[in-house]
Amino acid sequence: MNTPNNSDSTNAPVALTNGSGAAAILAASVGAFTLALLACASDKSAAVKSILIFYKPTGPLSGVTTAAILIWLFTWGILEWRWRNRTVAAGRITAVALAMLGLSLLLTFPPVIDLF
Amino acid sequence: MEITTRALWTLIHGLGFGVLYLLACSGALMELYRLTTSSPPSESTPKQEHLLKVYLLTMVVLAWSAVLTGTYVIYPWYRAAPPPGTTDLSMFPQRLLMSSPTTIGWHSLGMEWKEHVAWFVPISITMVAFVFIRYGRDLKNHQKLRAAVLSFAAASFVAAGIAGFFGAMINKYAPVQGGHTIQLSQGEER
Repeated sequence: MNTPNNSDSTNAPVALTNGSGAAAILAASVGAFTLALLACASDKSAAVKSILIFYKPTGPLSGVTTAAILIWLFTWGILEWRWRNRTVAAGRITAVALAMLGLSLLLTFPPVIDLF
Repeated sequence: MEITTRALWTLIHGLGFGVLYLLACSGALMELYRLTTSSPPSESTPKQEHLLKVYLLTMVVLAWSAVLTGTYVIYPWYRAAPPPGTTDLSMFPQRLLMSSPTTIGWHSLGMEWKEHVAWFVPISITMVAFVFIRYGRDLKNHQKLRAAVLSFAAASFVAAGIAGFFGAMINKYAPVQGGHTIQLSQGEER
């Protein structure tokens, strides 16, 4: 259904700003990147590995994933709160998010981790 | 015909949640693309939009179910350490793979990659579902967001594919075994 572009503003749909979407996208990339960084750190440092054992049968994977999920959700909450009704620089934000996602995929690849 | 509880959980995790997610992924990518581009004749209806929202939410449930069962149900059986002096490693898949130079790569590359990359799937698809539910067809007016949403959906497909491939191969060379035996049917004696 086509909506009129003029006249009665009370019936016109409210245009959504891009802030909420950008917040979700950036937060997802922060979550993925945190997961990759923690996976890398737990592989390289015995101390980090030991700290990240939240559930012994699963080992450090439990801490890596739990911490990454918490950081993702926390970041998402903060960004959503700040950007929900704002128009943000979506081009720059999505470029950063996609770069972080690409780096995350790369950082979980064992031969890449072995380079450090 | 019988199956062990551990084999059943592996089936639920891989063939149930994992494969269903992979199958759903290509459909979601196509529908997301179709519904968020403005070119006629692919003008969508509110019903189609609602259906995609339900479809994406189902994928979110599948993705979280797959990683949670994988990490907290099956992985502990996979990485269990055998008691000292154990020679039969068939109940200890990780150690079984690491015991031979011809199979060690399935653990050191396959499982090490799979156990982390798989977690990108629920993070990505949760975001994709949230953004689509929030914006719906209006996403076609936010080209940058739409491109990022499609990219994350594609990345979740790739990550799920990597996890699925290595999961299947690892289970082929060192299957998770043990637990109670469930009798599925009684065979007839010949």
